[in-house]
Amino acid sequence: MSHDARFGLGRSVCLPAPLRLDGGSLLSPIDIAYETYGTLDADGGNAVLVCHALTGDQHVASDHPTTGKPGWWTRMVGAGKPIDPAHHFIICANVLGSCMGSSGPASINPATHKPWAMSFPVITIRDMVRAQAMLLDYLGVARLRAVVGGSMGGMQALSWAATFPDRVRAAIVIAATARHTAQNIAFHEVGRQAVMADPNWQGGDYYAASTPPSAGLAVARMAAHITYLSEAGLTEKFGRRLQARPDSPNGAKTFGFDADFQVESYLRHQGISFTDRFDANSYLYITRAMDYFDLAEEHGGRLANAFCGVQARFCLVSFDTDWLYPTAESRSIVHALNASGAAASFVELSSPYGHDAFLLDSPELNRVVDGFLRSVA
Amino acid sequence: MTDLRPDLAIIAANIAKRSRALDVGCGDGALMAALRDTAGVDARGLEIDARNVAAAVARGLSVVQGDADRDLADYPDASFDYAILSQTLQTTTRPDVVLDHLLRIGRQAFVSFPNFGHWRVRTSLLWGGRMPVTRLLPERWYDTPNIHHVTIDDFRAFVNQRGITVEGAWFLSGDQQTTSPAANFLAEHAVFLLRR
Repeated sequence: MSHDARFGLGRSVCLPAPLRLDGGSLLSPIDIAYETYGTLDADGGNAVLVCHALTGDQHVASDHPTTGKPGWWTRMVGAGKPIDPAHHFIICANVLGSCMGSSGPASINPATHKPWAMSFPVITIRDMVRAQAMLLDYLGVARLRAVVGGSMGGMQALSWAATFPDRVRAAIVIAATARHTAQNIAFHEVGRQAVMADPNWQGGDYYAASTPPSAGLAVARMAAHITYLSEAGLTEKFGRRLQARPDSPNGAKTFGFDADFQVESYLRHQGISFTDRFDANSYLYITRAMDYFDLAEEHGGRLANAFCGVQARFCLVSFDTDWLYPTAESRSIVHALNASGAAASFVELSSPYGHDAFLLDSPELNRVVDGFLRSVA
Repeated sequence: MTDLRPDLAIIAANIAKRSRALDVGCGDGALMAALRDTAGVDARGLEIDARNVAAAVARGLSVVQGDADRDLADYPDASFDYAILSQTLQTTTRPDVVLDHLLRIGRQAFVSFPNFGHWRVRTSLLWGGRMPVTRLLPERWYDTPNIHHVTIDDFRAFVNQRGITVEGAWFLSGDQQTTSPAANFLAEHAVFLLRR
């Protein structure tokens, strides 16, 4: 298996079979960029699918090829970590609609030989999951020991269990929700409008020009980034401290509109550096997919119906300072799992860091995931 | 199972094999693990303390963080063979409501609690005039989680009044079982098996 070209880092595959999207159209072919770690057991029983969040990628535990930064979840995935290539065959794929090698609005439409841009079909979380299932077919993985994800990755994990109940033995859903609330949609709409208000956006057809709508995308990222943090976290990190300047090491109010405050400087940096690695149209498509996500709606309006007959065991984790997907959202999922008789574990962990806590150092989270995964083995 | 707390050992010894049980206030899951490993019970837990939940999940148990006073309403009727409430009744805000939920969720319910009628408690109040601090009730009046002290006779009267059937009762003094008639005076804690 070590010589099998399907396995390893930096893989990609072009799947010819058309995918019927929730929006009604057929998409083909489908490119999926992915990575695998570890070795698939002879019986195929050790496969773990890791699902990434909105702006994540397939480099879950390997250095990013362009930024050089370590993988986005090396605290959870890697040697000696709860998800360990020594025991698990780990798969992480770039989601449909994204811009890290999987099909999305920046990909070339084979019919026109030009980027899809806004002619790319609107996709859903379930479409992303169905595309991942096609990838698993290609990889020869019939059934997952676990599907794991935080934030939008957690939405995918829920959707996996509901869409392919026979292919999932366990789902780990961290800092996630079963539906986007009005507030979640509202923040995303601010981001999308910021992108579309940038004159460089040009109705999405900016790929030929050398000027993508970076200013709009940076503002979108700034607004979203605030929702990933907590007030206490921001206060601890920045307070009202002023940004150091060449003429004033302790900073000063300029009585102008420079980034006087450290928090302004931080957000501007977050926004600008994001535009180096992310496509503005992908941001529109993926936020749309998240907004459309309502697992209950897909099952007659009752969330428990989504889990009827589901054999998978569930482990849900929320963080007490996460106001993007607060604990109440996880509780309502647990409520539905209880009503459907599914085996569910749930814990709210304490962290000052808000929604982003799932990506940060959390020994308690690792302990829960490790113990849960061992019990599925 | 020998290292189980005596009241938990009684529950473990009297539960039907391969049944479904909900342990309300399951702590770190010691009873659930014993029920799973020795009787093949499909055990689920509810626990208020996050560290306990993490410990229980880490031993492969299905435990949900929640509060017996608030979250039992989310469980469907008759979804378990047994609902178990061990050493938790006296800490709830509304023991009567919690008990109603137990008998709604489980076809039967195991309830264990420390007996406030035990002679050491009585002598402490009678001779010392002070709220008792004993082996099983180690906290002082101001920091105790036990906000609804109950005696075995109180509990008998309560279930009798509500038309709840007592299908089994066990009384413990130290680690030894004691007889029913003198239990209210001699037993440190009690285990009841109830049915609506």
